[in-house]
Amino acid sequence: MNRYLFIAQRLSAMILAPLVIIHLGLILYAVSDGLSGAEILSRTHGSWAWASFYFAFVLSVAVHAPIGIRNILKEWTSMNQAIINGFCLLFGLMLLLLGIRAVTSVV
Amino acid sequence: MTEPKTKDSHLSVNVWRGGNEGELVNYQVPARENQTVLDVITEIQRFQQPDLAYRFACRVGVCGSCAMTVNGLPRWTCRTHIKKVVDNGQLTVEPLRNLPRIKDLVCDLEPFIDTWKKAGAPFSGSRTRYDPPANIKPDSPLRQAADAGLQCINCAVCYSACDVVHWNRDYVGPAALNRAWTLVNDVRHAKRQETFEKAFSENGCQSCHSHGNCTRHCPIQLNPSESITGLKKMVFKGLPKEDKK
Ligand code: SF4
Ligand code: SF4
Ligand code: FES
Repeated sequence: MNRYLFIAQRLSAMILAPLVIIHLGLILYAVSDGLSGAEILSRTHGSWAWASFYFAFVLSVAVHAPIGIRNILKEWTSMNQAIINGFCLLFGLMLLLLGIRAVTSVV
Repeated sequence: MTEPKTKDSHLSVNVWRGGNEGELVNYQVPARENQTVLDVITEIQRFQQPDLAYRFACRVGVCGSCAMTVNGLPRWTCRTHIKKVVDNGQLTVEPLRNLPRIKDLVCDLEPFIDTWKKAGAPFSGSRTRYDPPANIKPDSPLRQAADAGLQCINCAVCYSACDVVHWNRDYVGPAALNRAWTLVNDVRHAKRQETFEKAFSENGCQSCHSHGNCTRHCPIQLNPSESITGLKKMVFKGLPKEDKK
């Protein structure tokens, strides 16, 4: 399983790297141009491009972050491995649900 | 760091006495022009503390049994000249880190040897004595990769230098993974896939932080850190194919 977690973490990192840069650029653009919430929503509504962009984002985060947290907890705490695994699984699911909820509400 | 004092002055040497519980005991040892840390320990044992326990065999950097922690860093004591490590006439010698202490400077190497089994160390031949020997080109890329890590003599210096081992004793550590690297690149090894999978199991190579302290301290300049990176890359590329003859 470790091998697959390792692969999943590296692949999700590769996907996340450009997405994070685009996301940050987007925020800077939206903020500096003084777009209001309503203006932003009017642009994102119905945009499949932005929807798929942020779905990919949410998915990669939901894969990447829990694996990293799992490694950290394993190294830095004496918690039982099964508890760590369970906690990270729940954490990943939470990220996924919250992320999907956020994306669906703006598209 | 300063030069040791003149011939007739003394080194102030703190030596670990006891097992896991114990204390540093100070000895004054005559400073000489030419002496290694092992010479100093031997002098203490011969003339001041006959029951001092320590390990050595070859005294010339071949066997790797004299490894200890000298002024905080793991080293082969027989290959460490006092001038290289003495700090203002002071020297502190302790057993290797990350291993249980038996007595004084002797630690128990069993946990270290066990890591080799966990990471898939035993070589498993694919031919019998009746088959002709495998024809391996010394300059083929796979052979070169295996050769790069082959000279390891199990001294545990890298294991003692590794901080990840320090906070997670289940991590198999640099030496065992370096060994696994030589095996997965050895086309004569019948269980290359199995060795690779063991190297990638829980507490295997993905636990390494690639900070290279193992490589920095290996007394024979092997590069376990690079071997581990090689194993990690293999997870994407798969096992290297046998070289074309
Ligand atoms: S590179 Fe890896 S094995 Fe080497 S000392 Fe660092 S964590 Fe340990
Ligand atoms: S890799 Fe170097 S430091 Fe580590 S056990 Fe082998 S010889 Fe010793
Ligand atoms: S005694 Fe053999 S390497 Fe030091």
